[in-house]
Amino acid sequence: MTYAVGAPDSGAPAGPGRLVERFEQGLDAPICLTWELTYACNLACVHCLSSSGRRDPRELSTDECKAVIDEFERMQIFYVNIGGGEPTVRPDFWELVSYATEHHVGVKFSTNGSRITRPVAERLAASDYVDVQVSLDGATAAVNDTVRGPGSFETAVRAMDRLAGAGAAGFKLSVVVTRHNVGQLDELKELADRYGAQLRLTRLRPSGRGAEVWEELHPTAEQQRLLYGWLLARGEDVLTGDSFFHLAGYGESLPGLNLCGAGRVVCLVDPVGDVYACPFAIHDQFLAGNVRQPGGFAAVWRHSELFTELRRPQSTGACGSCGHYDSCRGGCMAAKFFTGLPLDGPDPECVLGHGELALAGRGETAPPRPSLDHSRRRRPVPRPVPVAMMPRPPDRPCDESPLATSDQGA
Amino acid sequence: MTFDGTRPWTLHPLVSLRPESFGALAYHFGTRRLSFLKSPTLVAVVESLADLPSGHDACRAAGLTGVELERYERALAALAESGMICERGTS
Repeated sequence: MTYAVGAPDSGAPAGPGRLVERFEQGLDAPICLTWELTYACNLACVHCLSSSGRRDPRELSTDECKAVIDEFERMQIFYVNIGGGEPTVRPDFWELVSYATEHHVGVKFSTNGSRITRPVAERLAASDYVDVQVSLDGATAAVNDTVRGPGSFETAVRAMDRLAGAGAAGFKLSVVVTRHNVGQLDELKELADRYGAQLRLTRLRPSGRGAEVWEELHPTAEQQRLLYGWLLARGEDVLTGDSFFHLAGYGESLPGLNLCGAGRVVCLVDPVGDVYACPFAIHDQFLAGNVRQPGGFAAVWRHSELFTELRRPQSTGACGSCGHYDSCRGGCMAAKFFTGLPLDGPDPECVLGHGELALAGRGETAPPRPSLDHSRRRRPVPRPVPVAMMPRPPDRPCDESPLATSDQGA
Repeated sequence: MTFDGTRPWTLHPLVSLRPESFGALAYHFGTRRLSFLKSPTLVAVVESLADLPSGHDACRAAGLTGVELERYERALAALAESGMICERGTS
């Protein structure tokens, strides 16, 4: 979302500065909530942050989902970022979308495009309260399909064709930036422009299956620098979901609130109702509770031990003495955790290189593994995927810090 | 839209306000922009717009004068610019 600070603030410039502290202490309800509706997916992207593939038999029923939506409405959560898995494979997906919008909860959902038929595109074009993000991780089939699976480029492009044809102006083209597509930023922007879509770039996290490919796929230090310059030049024209706030260490902040919103202004509700601090932190250590518990989601958000702890002032640890801490605020919690780095140390992609040193000094202990795995089968690194299944859409909107999102849409 | 305090204003029909300790969050479902209203007084002014004859009246009703009044009118201008509030009858 694009945010503006529309209010007087005695003396201080109208920047989000002071608000950041408020946000770090948490709000009564999340600003940005990601809700993965299912772990089922017809793709098998190598970097899937939720290790999706197979449906979980414990997934919330239609009625339970509606009860959760009722709760979101009571909490005045403006919108939810729905992902998965591929959310549209749930037979009740459209029923839930309608239910949410009828109850004043806007929906933004991520899809690989496989279920965007012409009638669906027309329906999406007609609603102010539903926004769609088509996931694509390369400007060419060669680059995209290596990560998302054979045929996935064509599927996404066909979906964009239909959306544009139906007049769904302003839908999002959502890209996880990798070592292999970072050289295609201009082409990706052109592709989005061609369909009247808005480009959204997000950061590759070592979460879910992403942990297995992060070493090979995350942008190099040199590429990060180029990405930063590219994003800075485009300002709010390209959305990022506040994904890249760790790049603020280069100097100027990118649009967004530039903070880790985990458990403070963002969280994840997974398909079985578990509430995690953020979509990239599916691990027991970041599990705050479950929406099926007494008190439901609100009780987890407001009173869980984990979220209460995250809203206390955090140790700055090894980063405390760095002059850039106020810019990057130590970076991404999930990126640190799943690369085996201490949470109060540098981000693995720290722009000053402290992360690389920390990675080199990790020792023999293996990084924590994700607590859940719904993958259809284990799959090694990026290489063309066997034909059996197609990849899934990784990026979910709110990825992360919603807040940060400075976008018109995220 | 440019803010003219002599005109009648209202919160845009596609905007929702959510109270927060610092003021409120405002979310526009059409533009998908989020704004932070950083003072309870501003929230009160924005909420009263629809019931009063003009933007100036809403500010006066909140007891704003002098420099404060100017600051709040600038904030209203920013909200008008981003479409969060609109002239009544124009949405």
